[in-house]
Amino acid sequence: MIHFLLNDKPIATSFEPRSLLLDFIRYHQNLVGTKVGCREGDCGACTVLVGTLKDNDLTYSSATSCLMPLGNADRKHIVTVEGINMTGLNGIQEAMASEGGTQCGFCTPGFVVSLAGFVLDPKPPSINRGIEHINGNICRCTGYKSIERATAKICGVLEKRNSAVPVGFAIEKGFLPGYFGGIADRLKQLPSPEQEGHFATPKFLGGGTDLYVQMPEVMQRANVRFLAKDQPAAIRQEGAKCIVSGTASVSDLINSPIFHSSFPEIFRFIKLVSSTPIRNMATIAGNFVNASPIGDLTIFFLALDAELRLTNGTTNRVVALKKFYRGYKLIEKEADEYIQSVEFNLPSPDHYFNFEKVSKRTHLDIASVNTAMLVELRDEKIQAAAISAGGVGPFPLYLEKASAYLVGKKPTSEALRMCIEVAQSEISPISDTRGSAPYKRLLLAQLINAHFMGLPQTAS
Amino acid sequence: MQNIDSFSHTRGESVYLDDIPVLAGTLYAAVFGSPVAHGRITGLDLTEAKAQPGVVAIFTCKDIPGTNQIGGIVPDEPLLAEDYVYYHSMPVALVVAESPAIAHAAIKRIRIDIDPLPVITDPRIARASGELIVPPRTFRLGDTAAAWQSCAHIFEGVAETNGQEHLYIETQGAYAIPTENNCLKIYSSTQGPTAVQRHLAHVLGIPMHRLEVDVTRLGGGFGGKEDQATAWAIFCGLASFHLKRPVKYSLDRLEDMRMTGKRNPYSSDYKIGLSADLQIIAYEVVFHQNAGACADLSPAVLERTLFHCTNSYYVPNVLATAYSCRTNLPPNTAFRGFGGPQGMFVIEAAICKAAEELGIRASVIQHKNLLQTGDEFPYGQRVQSEARNCWDKAMDQYGTINLEQEVARFNQQHQYRKKGMAFMPVCFGISFTKTMMNQSRALVHVYTDGSVGVSTGAVEMGQGVNTKMLQVAALMFAIDSAKVKVHTTNTFRVANTSPSAASATADLNGKAVQIACSAIRQRLVKLAAEMLGVDEVSIELRENKVWSSNKPTEISWEQLVFAAYVRRISLSEHAHYATPEVRFDPATEKGHPFSYHVFGTAVTIVTVDCLRGIYEVDAVKIVHDFGTSMNPMIDQGQIEGGLVQGIGWMTMEEIIYDKDGKLKSNALSTYKVPDIYAAPKTIDIHFLKTDRANPAILRSKAVGEPPLMYGLGTYFALRDAIRAFRPDADPAFSAPMTPEKVLMSLYPEEAVSLTSLHKDAEHAGKQNAVVNTQSHG
Repeated sequence: MIHFLLNDKPIATSFEPRSLLLDFIRYHQNLVGTKVGCREGDCGACTVLVGTLKDNDLTYSSATSCLMPLGNADRKHIVTVEGINMTGLNGIQEAMASEGGTQCGFCTPGFVVSLAGFVLDPKPPSINRGIEHINGNICRCTGYKSIERATAKICGVLEKRNSAVPVGFAIEKGFLPGYFGGIADRLKQLPSPEQEGHFATPKFLGGGTDLYVQMPEVMQRANVRFLAKDQPAAIRQEGAKCIVSGTASVSDLINSPIFHSSFPEIFRFIKLVSSTPIRNMATIAGNFVNASPIGDLTIFFLALDAELRLTNGTTNRVVALKKFYRGYKLIEKEADEYIQSVEFNLPSPDHYFNFEKVSKRTHLDIASVNTAMLVELRDEKIQAAAISAGGVGPFPLYLEKASAYLVGKKPTSEALRMCIEVAQSEISPISDTRGSAPYKRLLLAQLINAHFMGLPQTAS
Repeated sequence: MQNIDSFSHTRGESVYLDDIPVLAGTLYAAVFGSPVAHGRITGLDLTEAKAQPGVVAIFTCKDIPGTNQIGGIVPDEPLLAEDYVYYHSMPVALVVAESPAIAHAAIKRIRIDIDPLPVITDPRIARASGELIVPPRTFRLGDTAAAWQSCAHIFEGVAETNGQEHLYIETQGAYAIPTENNCLKIYSSTQGPTAVQRHLAHVLGIPMHRLEVDVTRLGGGFGGKEDQATAWAIFCGLASFHLKRPVKYSLDRLEDMRMTGKRNPYSSDYKIGLSADLQIIAYEVVFHQNAGACADLSPAVLERTLFHCTNSYYVPNVLATAYSCRTNLPPNTAFRGFGGPQGMFVIEAAICKAAEELGIRASVIQHKNLLQTGDEFPYGQRVQSEARNCWDKAMDQYGTINLEQEVARFNQQHQYRKKGMAFMPVCFGISFTKTMMNQSRALVHVYTDGSVGVSTGAVEMGQGVNTKMLQVAALMFAIDSAKVKVHTTNTFRVANTSPSAASATADLNGKAVQIACSAIRQRLVKLAAEMLGVDEVSIELRENKVWSSNKPTEISWEQLVFAAYVRRISLSEHAHYATPEVRFDPATEKGHPFSYHVFGTAVTIVTVDCLRGIYEVDAVKIVHDFGTSMNPMIDQGQIEGGLVQGIGWMTMEEIIYDKDGKLKSNALSTYKVPDIYAAPKTIDIHFLKTDRANPAILRSKAVGEPPLMYGLGTYFALRDAIRAFRPDADPAFSAPMTPEKVLMSLYPEEAVSLTSLHKDAEHAGKQNAVVNTQSHG
């Protein structure tokens, strides 16, 4: 039995937990304001808000319901456009209508729901933050400018919020209906989750953002184990070590104070990774296990020499991320194992870390090439170096030779040139929709160049 | 006035095809498409698929009671393949089942044997092989052969534009419901309800009056649902006709992208000649249009390419030839601009090339040759031009001379970041180029309570046409807009409609609404004069009331309407409009095909990150000729949206077919349209208001397609920025300008040396033959 709140309505359903939330909303609950656009999380027409109660604190994040299994809605507040409708237009809808932010209207409910996420965001409001909330929504009609104007209009009201609680302020200002005020209490009263049954060889599911794109039919028949159910997302520090639970989402990274202090540019890096709703859902471990040759987070953590703690519930073992990939889509993991946590040493002040990604569209796209570099620079010399590269081989690569070459060198332009040359010998890009092989070679060279530009000695 | 649908749109209450409540007993269709792009069918085994629980029927070409033909211009397109398949995913069989999942699963159990035949994807190869859809067409003005001698400068080259996926967010779909006496009601997400009705009648072998096609709205069309919506509606209609059950088909995104055609790619050769003082003296161009496997609308698209081959310039000697080339791709089709953008890109490339060779800015040549009123187009029409007004206003309004200096200064100060700038003037002809199609009808009812119902042939797809129709009626009757309701587009209420296309929908249907309202108003005014005992000329309808001699009377709109009903005066009118003056003779390729032209100029500034090859559009500053806009909010939205769609076409939207004719960019993860960060940081629009009489509805000029072509400016601005980093860069004129093309243009030698060093590694990589399956990076 799955228990959750759908808008103002309690749901207790034995409907298939592996099925998609989108289908449950549209074709079972007949809430047709949530639209089907692509079923791969790339258009945002099916966006819903997911309200999560944690330590008495109710927070909302957006999700593309086309990739969200119903099972992950358990004990959440799911909000569709119908759930924010009031008599007449609410403040979000009024802003969209009066600024001409809707043309054919098909993408509009998704934008409106995402903007409701902006209204509920406790962080200080700004237009850029508002745009972040809608960066997973594609509109083919408006060219976005009218939607930006509507966002600015909403932001203008939110700026007067000061220290008021977002939900209360949103209700007071006519952005959201009054029932939102009672949701936290109602979520607390939902029955406790049931114990997971034991599955022989389960399909482990984190956020589902890849599995439901790659194999939607398989997933809806598989023995799914919902990891989020009993594996809370957490990021913690033990001395110099950072431990990230396998269920932590990409958004959890951005919001982590540990990552903020160790990677001051974390937001610039992560902004290049998919979109807000996908980042809210997608897990770090899922990115590793998917083993895509251009997994952004994999590239990020490869340069940090992360280690994975695998478990099958009884035995645990540790595998270095560098050793995790054995070939295309081949990983060092048994079918009954899942990634419990990811551990790595936090960079010290002597470390320089950079992440680069280029794709056809800068945001919400898959990399043509991505790469990260971590170097330890002391006494004007590189003491240690780690460079990773994606999109240039059958799996995410740790460039062992190029990294080794740099150790003991000064970060000169000659070292850069040689490093690029060594790197080229370690890669084997192929031509595909992300670019031709020659382009990927050139691009990796340029991006290593970009890594070096961030180093103090060679900054020009 | 804001879009009348914005209330229901923002609340998620607007009804699209997939939102229509389904009737009990509804079945679901799915198409089995050819697994190869060209071949002869030697066997088709449906046994296993038919045996699946929940599969109700599978139809093939043998089950068509009428004619297996849906070609609109040329009868070369079977609904379902017979002996041959001509493109990958061409429909072969139609599965009907109790759920969409069962239908899709059954498709995988259909077995087909095909003897493969050679696959052509390149239009030039098609032309060389004699594979033409229609005979080539040539537009001529002056004598180019003689004119070359008087040219001081002559430049030649090749220019290419790739296709473009429409990517309406609502996919194609239809829902057919059988009604009594072998009639059908079809809900279709189509821009052309009459096309659906006509072709379905043909396929079923029944008269058109049995087929009611109804359209509430589309979740985007952009030309992709003009002709290409028809097949899905016919599939549902065919199945429903046979099974006497409601049948629905709402395509999933992959089916839609795989099975539907896109904007026609073009590969063209140009030759341009200029005088010493930079007048364009002569222009020759040969267009190779990639039509795909069937004609679809390609011959009409081809025609508009010729009409717009000189864009906004006067060229006294023109020789333009166009080939519509048959390839083994899905039939390419209408897309906002309809061949115009493809034609304009070539002359802009030619001017750009000339300017680069002569060491001057392209804007010097562009400005010098802008159309002036009275100039003749290669098709014989003389222009009423606003080209110079728009350009000069842009220079003045936006201080373009300063902008150029700022760009130059920025480029001096930055090593790895370079700005580029380009002007893009646009001249676009308004009317269907097929004169016959420039007709329309509207049905207006005034009900006894004073409320008004309007039906037209216009299909609302986000362009705001219904809002404009409502405005026309409210204005004509001088009543509040709340008293007017625009009804669905329905072939039983308004017949023989032209598709909503060619930017002409508001003009054509608005004029018909105007005529209908005017006739009713005339009868009401006559009645009011009788009731008040005054002369008709002193009567006016104003502010929901009857006014006499400039003073309000006691008679309200509602009272007047009811009085008319009591006196048995007709409160309904069905009106017909035919655009005056338009004519064109394809034998001479001369005439007056356009009711009027729309003009504008866009100034684009971009910044290229020359380390990474990525870029941003900083600003697009536009002066656009709206005539007298009847709805500035809607019209501004059309400019912004059209521009960004054009920028997408010129930058990141890259259609990729492999050599076997299979679409590789087949999902939103592999085909990227602009997201919110890809839109220009600034879009400025200045409304050039012209009071001159024009034939547009309420003098508000058509605005649907012209702004798409402002997007071409981004291509040329990017090229300008590339050359600021590397003055000798000479990338091919080949759109889109993807980050790959930018980087390869910036570092051509490095690209070659890195690759030549690692030939072996490249080979090893190929053996892995990996498929990139990451979904979100």
